[in-house]
Amino acid sequence: MAVPKRKMSRANTRARRSQWKATPATLSTCPKCKAPRLSHQACPSCGAYNERTYAEAIRTDA
Amino acid sequence: MPTPTKGPRLGGGPAHERLLLGNLATSLFEHRRITTTEAKAKRLRPLAERLVTFAKRGDLAARRRVLTVVKDKGVVHELFTEIAPLVADRPGGYTRITKIGPRKGDNAPMAVIELVLEPLSPKQATVAEATAATKRAAKKDAPKKAAAPVEAAPAEAEDAPVEEAPVETAEVEAAPAEAQDVPAEDVPAEKDADDTK
Ligand SMILES: [Zn+2]
Repeated sequence: MAVPKRKMSRANTRARRSQWKATPATLSTCPKCKAPRLSHQACPSCGAYNERTYAEAIRTDA
Repeated sequence: MPTPTKGPRLGGGPAHERLLLGNLATSLFEHRRITTTEAKAKRLRPLAERLVTFAKRGDLAARRRVLTVVKDKGVVHELFTEIAPLVADRPGGYTRITKIGPRKGDNAPMAVIELVLEPLSPKQATVAEATAATKRAAKKDAPKKAAAPVEAAPAEAEDAPVEEAPVETAEVEAAPAEAQDVPAEDVPAEKDADDTK
């Protein structure tokens, strides 16, 4: 089984991990309440989607 | 016919998935609308729509086939007597999936899957009416064309658009009038449905 020959330095580890980046979510605005929401999903602040309302989608914790 | 599922089953295995989807379908027909994960909703959709198609057929054989999936006789009865008439005019697409964002505990993407029980919109009704009319017209024309000799074909081809044109315009004129009638007729029906709930 292949095993690493040397311990990887903290600097190298951290340099590698510095490339782990989160990307901002692409948001659109809710046509009803103007709050930001994800596309193709019911609005988390008012529950609107395609002129219908989904109470299940409303989130209070965020 | 739903496309066969590729990849791993839901739950622990094929039998587990069958049971799971059967239970989801039962809940869907009982409550008309359920909240579940997106993956389960997507797997449930083809099964549920097939069961609704059986319900629209409405005979004993269809009922027995539905009972192999939905074990609750009461729910099957409701499906055949209450849900099937509401979707009688609808040419498929009996369920609707709406994504409602991630779940709090495990961030699983959730969705609402519901039966589409609203009457067809006036536009959809008009389109359905028009396609039915053209089908009827095509059926009427077919025997005529078959009987006509080959030499007469070009002459008939010239006549055909002229013949069809008035028919179609008549259809278009008739359609809006019917479309106006549709909501008025359907509103009491929907009221009844609400009362029975
Ligand atoms: Zn909104």
